[in-house]
Amino acid sequence: MPRFLKEFFDRNGLGIGSLMLGLVLFWTIGLIILPQLSMLDFSFRPNLPPPEIGGPKDVYTMENYKYLVFGPEGGSQDYNAVDLKVFYRTLIAAIFVTIFNLILCYPIAYYLAQTKGNHIRIFALMLIIPYWINEILRAFALRIIFGETGVLNNLLVAAGVFDTPFDFIRNDIALYAGLGYAYILLMIFPIYNVIESLDRNQIEAARDMGASWPMIHRRVVIPYAKPGISSGCTMVFMLSAGALAAPQILGGPSSLWFTQLIYQQFNDNSDWPQGAAYAVVLLVTCILLVLAVMRLFKVNMGDIGK
Amino acid sequence: MSAGVGVDLENLWIRFGDFVAVRDAKVHINGGDFFSFLGPSGCGKTTILRAVSGFLEPSEGQVLIGGKDMKGIGPNKRPTALIFQNLALFPLMKVWENITFSMEIKGASARERRKRADELLDMIALPDQGDKLPSELSGGQRQRVAIARALCAEPDVLLLDEPLSALDLKLRQHMRTELREIQKRVGITFIYITHDQGEALTMSDNIAVMRAGVIDQIGDGKTIYNDPSTAFAASFVGENNVFRGTVKQVQGDTALIATNRSGDLLARVSSANKGKMKPGDDAMMFIRPEAFALAPVGSEGDHFVTATVTNEEFEGNAFNIFMEGDGGKEMKVSLPNLGQSFDSHKGQPMTLQYDVQNAVALPAGDLATE
Repeated sequence: MPRFLKEFFDRNGLGIGSLMLGLVLFWTIGLIILPQLSMLDFSFRPNLPPPEIGGPKDVYTMENYKYLVFGPEGGSQDYNAVDLKVFYRTLIAAIFVTIFNLILCYPIAYYLAQTKGNHIRIFALMLIIPYWINEILRAFALRIIFGETGVLNNLLVAAGVFDTPFDFIRNDIALYAGLGYAYILLMIFPIYNVIESLDRNQIEAARDMGASWPMIHRRVVIPYAKPGISSGCTMVFMLSAGALAAPQILGGPSSLWFTQLIYQQFNDNSDWPQGAAYAVVLLVTCILLVLAVMRLFKVNMGDIGK
Repeated sequence: MSAGVGVDLENLWIRFGDFVAVRDAKVHINGGDFFSFLGPSGCGKTTILRAVSGFLEPSEGQVLIGGKDMKGIGPNKRPTALIFQNLALFPLMKVWENITFSMEIKGASARERRKRADELLDMIALPDQGDKLPSELSGGQRQRVAIARALCAEPDVLLLDEPLSALDLKLRQHMRTELREIQKRVGITFIYITHDQGEALTMSDNIAVMRAGVIDQIGDGKTIYNDPSTAFAASFVGENNVFRGTVKQVQGDTALIATNRSGDLLARVSSANKGKMKPGDDAMMFIRPEAFALAPVGSEGDHFVTATVTNEEFEGNAFNIFMEGDGGKEMKVSLPNLGQSFDSHKGQPMTLQYDVQNAVALPAGDLATE
């Protein structure tokens, strides 16, 4: 038995220890790894009617992946321009949402972490309580705000900023706002957690030596908060790229999110293998992108767990 | 380095709401001095330091550095450098980057900074340690890095907030000598905050004794120790035996005190209270443990004390004798170990004598609680 396992059992006893270990293994293997492997398996199989499954036609194939890149065989175009464009736009938009969230949340997290007093608790509550409301309801609420006859347009037209209502939905502003708002807590709390443990004296020491505020953040606070920032960015990026409700409700009629394509394949076309292939591509691309960015900013995997 | 910039506090008041942290402080600190603020925790000494460094605006009064009023000048613009109690080294920067952070702010090149860091590392006797992280150094080494970092900014005044309190005893005593040497070498003004009277006495040119926001006495170590001006200063700095009573008679510099337990005793009136003590006033008389000498048992007079011995201790360099004291506390007597034979007197009366010059009479006041 490896040492860490022995220590684990020594500390928790055999009964509770096995129960905890069993639950964790069930969670990771039974609920995450096995279903994902089954999806991976699906993605390499043709879409067959049930009687033919397991029959001679049920062989591994790359056709689902080829479809994403080249489109239907004998189609009019060389590449599957529509789906690839949606894929590319989804990733860019998710990156944009992540950066926007970081810029918005870093000052909030810093303020929450470095200020003392009761109002901070109220402030944090005000951030948390809206999340008691269902994600779909929140998305519809934003639709009411951003809609053509919505609150925001009424205000802006009344104030004379616009002559006619501005279409926030068609211009994807509602979508970005919705996605941004959906995940701010996931950005704020990891950063808040790290900055809270930053010794205030370090900030004062830097100030005493003549550092300006931007310099203090660049050289003292941000390097210290890097694990929190990377953890927040990873979560927001992954969840935005994989979001479904917000794009469905807040997206304009012409803008599709890649997850909506996946949903269509599974649900509308009943083509599970095709949907699985799309989902696998999205997952793998997102992971590679995150790993590449982590490498660029010299973040270790272990830091993310901090 | 520019040497000899003085610091003045003029009628300084600092309030937090209703709480007065510093009350009407008037201090003149000579340029190039090693000046200590000595007092128990919560007496306002750190608050004074924060006002000098600029992290805190005084409620009233002025902080002058080199004769210039510092009002409205932020900590990053003052010619001071502060060494924090926990040092506050940047954990993610290498030692040399830590030391030269103030140069980085001014935009100095990496080469210039590295050169300066190496000079400073030599000065603090840590050559070739520049590429380590602070966490890879020992407590004493980190201490020296913090000093080098503060000196790198070439401040006129170095402020130190109990920087030795986290070190163990041996290292602390070693760092005292080292700090004093560094101060002499660079020649700038050091303002040192401590609750440890040993640190204050060994290092400082001058000391301000503080109690509950008030500065009780300012003077050099010898004056503070030998000629305290309040009962608090007498009881806080060093060990002291207190005798309570009332003034019976004052003659020139000496006062005859009618003590509660030990009869009428003579004492020298402290310089700060000359002419202020009148017959009938409540008074306190202080005699240091080392100021007593053994006297023939039964000797009587105005400089003899007789009491029962309750306990004895051999400390190596001295015999400590504890006796029934005046006012609840045990009276402590230290007799230097000069190789004499020493018979136990436990439970028996013992008579001591003292030189009147070594007994200080003060108006009654609050004593330091330990």
